[in-house]
Amino acid sequence: MAVFSEEQTMLRDAAKAWVAEKSPVAAFRKLRDAGNPDGFDRGVWREMAEMGWTGILIPEAYGGTGLGHLTLGIVLEETGRNLTASPLVSTALAAASAILLGGSEAQKQTWLPRIADGSVVAAFAVDEGPHHHPDVLEIRVDKRGSTALLTGKKHFVAEGGSADLIIVAAKDGLYLVEGEAKGLTRQRLHSLDSRGFANLTFEAVESEPLGDIAGPVLDRTRAGLAAEMLGMATQAFETTLDYLKTRTQFGQLIGTFQALQHRAAKMYTDLELTRSCVEAALSAVDNNANDAAQLAALAKAKAGETLHLVTNEMVQMHGGIGMTDAHDAGLYLKRARVVEALYGNAAFHRDRYATLLGY
Amino acid sequence: MADLESFRAQAKAWIEANLPASLKGAGARALTDEGSASISGGRKVQWTNPDAKLWLERMGAKGWTAPTWPTQYGGGGLSAAEARVLDQELARAKAPPALASFGIWMLGPVLLEYASEEQKLEHLPKIVRGEIRWCQGYSEPGAGSDLAGLRTQAVDKGDHWLVNGQKVWTSYANYADWIFCLVRTDNSKKHEGISFLLFDMESPGVETRPIKLISGNSPFCETFFTDVKVPKKNLVGKLNGGWEIAKRLLQYERQNISSGGFGAGSGGYDLEHAAKDYVGVENGKLKDTDLRARITAHKMEAQAFALTVRRIAEESKSAKGPSPATSIVKYAAAKLNQDRTELLIEALGSQGLGWDGDGYTPQEIAAARGFLRAKGNSIEGGTSEVNLNVVSKRVLGLLDHQ
Ligand SMILES: Cc1cc2nc3c(=O)[nH]c(=O)nc-3n(C[C@H](O)[C@H](O)[C@H](O)COP(=O)(O)OP(=O)(O)OC[C@H]3O[C@@H](n4cnc5c(N)ncnc54)[C@H](O)[C@@H]3O)c2cc1C
Repeated sequence: MAVFSEEQTMLRDAAKAWVAEKSPVAAFRKLRDAGNPDGFDRGVWREMAEMGWTGILIPEAYGGTGLGHLTLGIVLEETGRNLTASPLVSTALAAASAILLGGSEAQKQTWLPRIADGSVVAAFAVDEGPHHHPDVLEIRVDKRGSTALLTGKKHFVAEGGSADLIIVAAKDGLYLVEGEAKGLTRQRLHSLDSRGFANLTFEAVESEPLGDIAGPVLDRTRAGLAAEMLGMATQAFETTLDYLKTRTQFGQLIGTFQALQHRAAKMYTDLELTRSCVEAALSAVDNNANDAAQLAALAKAKAGETLHLVTNEMVQMHGGIGMTDAHDAGLYLKRARVVEALYGNAAFHRDRYATLLGY
Repeated sequence: MADLESFRAQAKAWIEANLPASLKGAGARALTDEGSASISGGRKVQWTNPDAKLWLERMGAKGWTAPTWPTQYGGGGLSAAEARVLDQELARAKAPPALASFGIWMLGPVLLEYASEEQKLEHLPKIVRGEIRWCQGYSEPGAGSDLAGLRTQAVDKGDHWLVNGQKVWTSYANYADWIFCLVRTDNSKKHEGISFLLFDMESPGVETRPIKLISGNSPFCETFFTDVKVPKKNLVGKLNGGWEIAKRLLQYERQNISSGGFGAGSGGYDLEHAAKDYVGVENGKLKDTDLRARITAHKMEAQAFALTVRRIAEESKSAKGPSPATSIVKYAAAKLNQDRTELLIEALGSQGLGWDGDGYTPQEIAAARGFLRAKGNSIEGGTSEVNLNVVSKRVLGLLDHQ
């Protein structure tokens, strides 16, 4: 583990305790079964804001704490562990980063305090088809002085159903759209992970340009999402490890079978490797390091591969019970495939890694 | 050979005359979606298509739902070679299967081998005609991989067995008419204390509770037995000799699973076509070169598998019963289907991540559900770990290090 400050360690402890008490996996299950259209619990979101999680990236001058990406990663890892449904990544990470990097002073004044206090839910709309291709976007931008009209489609947008603020990626940069803007229509989706995804259609929707900052905003979002994935994979692994230590067959614990022992040890190895990549990517963003993009690609690819493996093993090592809806394994598996794909799957990031290295 | 060719002509003509028009070209997938129970037959069957009922009646009367079983038990009485020709002709006509059931795949073959004449005459014809649907009462909460650890009791009460206990993961128990059930008839021994019992699911004291799967369907149940009275004549084989029969049946189960039992569902997509449609093509090649390489590796593995299945079939033509190699075939088939369904949802991108509702086609939803369902392939019918243990110990002679 990276060396964390006392403040960061306290935050991790607090986040762990809060998630365990207020947001166990059972809470997500309840949300799913109730068919909550937002895909998250507004009460939970409010509490997150009260704890200051929504303002971790936002400077004090705008109502946040400015603690940075590694710190936000700590929280995302803990919420990932329990599949806590919230718009943290799209709001407190993606949208906050977009406005911080590209917003005018007025835009910062308008939006950042509202992100920090949790009164705004935001979405980051990038993809236009089933795959992540941020380099080939077709949404049309008609410049009108200091604003622009957007026409086109955005696909599978996280929190797209409930967002009050949408950061839209176009060919020449990011644009800020208010949720109530005219010409915006939303189609809520029922995705595998029961979260708040939507397809969005823009018909001459008024927007404000934020500049050509899609690259760094995407990298930051990916690194933070990788932290959430690390948390998910860690918990999926620990739940499985517990089962290996409690389930008996053939008169012995199944964890005594070497066939399973080595696979558990291999998963542990992958988790350790992944943790290093995630922490390095988040620190690189905080330090404005030159290799931040490369490390973000590494972290997202590695987290995707590890989560993929661990969620499959979680089902397999539980046997029949892992196939039941009543068990948590399926919830991890379903969310895993969604976050694996989001903002580029492992194959996308392998390619990106190679491109960044110039081959 | 000439005989085979004349049989081919007969089979072709019969299929042409008897396959109902609405089913022509429907293919294997049309009727095999999980949840649609109709082609498994039975007393409770709900026919969604009256022609499917007609097709089963015609195929059943001919004995071609169980083509190699002897005619005195309702079977088709065909040789293995003739049965293969029949399969080919059915496939050529894109005929949907008339019947797909545990009775045909698993129970029938062991009844032929182990049951009394009276039992064969009672049960086999009803399996052939799809009148009785069977479920498999093997696994228990404490006895999965260690199946012989089962505890469901059958006590000899003179004129009947009294059965008490619980089974779990009993596929389609809520639709089944009868169960073939492993019961403990001697508590002092493990494997040698198990017997193979048949009974009617409508017997008083049988209760089923469906369990929902991660794919959203409820194909299996918890099954409870409370003082269930079973006629003495329903014991198959020897008292306390059930383990041998149980293992034999598992061989048939694995053989069937691997020779096509997996791979249905998941929307009927063809992997490379789906990838072309959803990922796109550049200069004739799939745009995503990484995915292209992985799909190719998978397809090569799939072809290697198909060739192996064929080789096993040819090599065991003369041998009686399933080849021991079926155990490795089940492991490989499970892995292939899991790889295929994973690659498919990756190719579909976010369109492969839908659960239901607007924004997805039914085929896309089926792909996502199929990917989830496929995770069970390496668990059902014995886990992959247990399969590999069997291969390493029995085939390779590697004994436990402990
Ligand atoms: C879709 C589906 C349908 C099914 N249908 C039926 C049915 O109709 N009738 C029926 O009776 N059963 C059915 N089953 C049950 C199935 O046969 C069992 O789930 C399976 O045998 C595993 O048992 P278990 O679930 O108790 O897992 P466990 O035996 O508890 O296994 C847990 C994990 O430990 C591993 N393990 C156990 N022993 C060893 C070992 N010695 N070495 C290495 N690893 C080991 C397993 O491989 C698995 O990964 C079905 C299961 C599924 C998923």
